[in-house]
Amino acid sequence: MSELGGAGGGWTGAVRRRAVRALPPDKLLPDTQPAYMASWIYVFGVLTLAALIVVLATGGVLALKGPAWWHVSGTGKYVNGLHLWSVELFMFFMVIHLWGKFFMAAWRGRRALTWVTGTVCFFASIGTAFTGYLVQQNFDSQWIAGQAKDGLNSVGIGAFFNVLDFGQMLMWHIVLLPFVLGLLTAWHILLVRRHGIVPPIDATDPAAVTTGEAAR
Amino acid sequence: MTGHPHSVERVLSAPIDLNGTGHYVHWGVVQLSVANLLVIGVMLIVFAAALLLPFPRRRGRQ
Repeated sequence: MSELGGAGGGWTGAVRRRAVRALPPDKLLPDTQPAYMASWIYVFGVLTLAALIVVLATGGVLALKGPAWWHVSGTGKYVNGLHLWSVELFMFFMVIHLWGKFFMAAWRGRRALTWVTGTVCFFASIGTAFTGYLVQQNFDSQWIAGQAKDGLNSVGIGAFFNVLDFGQMLMWHIVLLPFVLGLLTAWHILLVRRHGIVPPIDATDPAAVTTGEAAR
Repeated sequence: MTGHPHSVERVLSAPIDLNGTGHYVHWGVVQLSVANLLVIGVMLIVFAAALLLPFPRRRGRQ
């Protein structure tokens, strides 16, 4: 059996060594953070994540129970409301997180990929929310689909992304887009763990000090 | 039943009447609902508060 840092062990050993090198346990689950993190603006990332967990949990229940339940029963309406308002809070927190990171130039110090994955998460979230409007199974969703199809047809993608096709939109909303969003979110968080929380513009970056890299 | 039959509903209802057409503001080609404008305003207030309000520190934390 090879040691953690040694060679050998086949592809599983190589993957393990690479994973541990990229994300050692003290970086993956840190127990301290730099002093500059003691600001409310650093809270909005985890608030976004907390809202996303509620969105996924309530969406899972809605998917299992179906439209007849969420439109008619009291509990169904309540869970439907939870799903709506957790999405509202998710978007609310995510936009404030985005503003904070934009004005902090959060792509500094080799954090460009963290910024890019966050940006793609934002656009994937908009797509997920819009397909959610389409699967409400009410007059509102019919009207939105009727309006959206004209715009999508005008840019030539209506044949592939047919907003009038409920089954297709349901699959986008509850399978494809949440899967992409979940993967991107996990990648984004692992990148934050790997490179550390971005420092304010006039602060010293502990990650740059320990690795000898200057914050760019 | 004690009290006014509609008192509970009144407490639980929205502070403004939502049973009507929405209100919109227009700037040229830009059209924005008042509801969305309010949410954007609240977001700006929360963003400013997050920057300005002091964060509670635990004693002994570095």
